[in-house]
Amino acid sequence: MKYSIFAVLREGLRGGKGWTPAWREPEPKAHYDAVIVGGGGHGLATAYYLAKEHGLTNVAVVEKGYIGSGNVGRNTTIIRSNYLLPDNTHFYEWSMKLWEGLEQDFNYNAMVSQRGVLNLYHSDAQRDAYVRRGNAMRLAGVDAELLDADGVRSMAPFLDFNNARFPIQGGLLQRRGGTVRHDAVAWGFARGADSRGVDILQNTEVTGIRVETGRAVGVETTRGFIRAGKIGLACAGNSSRVAAMAGLRLPIESHVLQAFVSEGIKPAIDQVITFGAGHFYISQSDKGGLVYGGDIDGYNSYAQRGNLYIIEDVHEAGMALWPAIGRLRMLRHWGGVMDMSMDGSPIIDKTPIDGLYLNCGWCYGGFKATPASGWCFAHTIARDAPHELNAGFRLDRFASGRLIDEKGAGAQPNLH
Amino acid sequence: MRIRCPYCGERSNDEFTVLGDADALMARPSGDDAAAFYDYAYLRTNPAGQHRELWYHSAGCRRWLVVTRDTRTHIIADVALASTRGDGEAA
Ligand SMILES: Cc1cc2nc3c(=O)[nH]c(=O)nc-3n(C[C@H](O)[C@H](O)[C@H](O)COP(=O)(O)OP(=O)(O)OC[C@H]3O[C@@H](n4cnc5c(N)ncnc54)[C@H](O)[C@@H]3O)c2cc1C
Repeated sequence: MKYSIFAVLREGLRGGKGWTPAWREPEPKAHYDAVIVGGGGHGLATAYYLAKEHGLTNVAVVEKGYIGSGNVGRNTTIIRSNYLLPDNTHFYEWSMKLWEGLEQDFNYNAMVSQRGVLNLYHSDAQRDAYVRRGNAMRLAGVDAELLDADGVRSMAPFLDFNNARFPIQGGLLQRRGGTVRHDAVAWGFARGADSRGVDILQNTEVTGIRVETGRAVGVETTRGFIRAGKIGLACAGNSSRVAAMAGLRLPIESHVLQAFVSEGIKPAIDQVITFGAGHFYISQSDKGGLVYGGDIDGYNSYAQRGNLYIIEDVHEAGMALWPAIGRLRMLRHWGGVMDMSMDGSPIIDKTPIDGLYLNCGWCYGGFKATPASGWCFAHTIARDAPHELNAGFRLDRFASGRLIDEKGAGAQPNLH
Repeated sequence: MRIRCPYCGERSNDEFTVLGDADALMARPSGDDAAAFYDYAYLRTNPAGQHRELWYHSAGCRRWLVVTRDTRTHIIADVALASTRGDGEAA
């Protein structure tokens, strides 16, 4: 069923009796041309683009919980393409372009809101770094504007401009950045894939990957063995565990990142604003809650909950940026397990095992990548070769020295 | 999370800095074996369960510790000084 204003009116008059489930709950088939492990944003987007762009419809997405139960439903919903290094700039800009047409493309309201992402700077050195980054973005055709303190003040007068330690000198603004309703992204891709014939198998955990003579031939699951022509792994925080089923060790550590939501208030902040002197970023949801977060906890974790000292750290940074939020109560907070890579950049590639493909290393920033990640991974799986846009996101770059390290932090995942 | 430092007693984890997988990082190969060095620098087992990891008591005694911790529950099974391992060399 196509969603439209007419469908809403028609169903309104019929008491909503004509709405059908957005996707089926099929029984697993014995064989698929491609099996995608992980029903997060990236896995669902991969299946969607496999069907839509490559005509591959005998495809299953195998998800151990319900779709959206992982990071796609836990993130702070920020999208942007303000990267410095060419591999990242072009890839994330392609993602931004896909976001811009996504809702029409998959006929689902994902509430894509290009409200602007503003990164503040607090020192001359930081301004210089942002000038450089802004120039790199503009050279690649991405929008970027450098604001001085008055420019920031006209957008967000409530910030603490004269903070004794970290006065706000200005910011780098990407107006096309913003937020997207994260759950709706999972649902929209799921519905779009399902309507093209993809089976979405929820509550089906992959427990093994069968490899015969150097080729991956299927997955063992809690609902039996499923034979597959090709297998794509998109398991985010659980990538190391699933890849280990095929004997692979990855350049990945799993870490927990927390997010916070305050009680709902009237519209106060229009953009996404990030603090430059500590790790803190904030925006406001349509329900009125302030949505914010900061650093990862820093140690390996598969617990989807965080620790108190980060809660304190995030709120201290928040108070330094916008003192008035001290009057608000925090309503909820939670954690998600992320696949931190050794250079802070992702991997979308083939693996040394034929028929096995890998998508991981998204760190704390993979939500914005969802459409492009699915698009590139689908290409890599269908054509058995990476697309130009993900050619740099190779698994062997750590061995060959072609790292994509935005921060220059080195092989220390908790510093990226 | 609280870590029982052998010198300082039980302390909040924000007094410490964590480096990562102790077994991977303490087995530093010689620089001329490129494959082994790649393993050491980049590959991690990243288990869901018991993990031996290096923590530095930066706001305390400034000793390197090997903490054995369950990455699913954060329950700490053991804390030992890194420098007491067989060859007596600190990590
Ligand atoms: C608190 C927080 C805030 C964030 N904020 C942002 C942000 O503002 N902007 C941004 O761009 N990014 C953000 N991120 C990062 C982003 O959410 C992730 O990088 C991205 O969602 C990961 O891809 P995914 O959606 O496919 O992951 P997931 O939704 O985690 O999907 C992986 C799926 O694999 C499944 N799986 C795992 N093992 C198995 C198995 N054995 N068998 C079957 N299925 C399995 C899991 O159940 C899960 O559903 C944030 C992350 C967190 C935790």
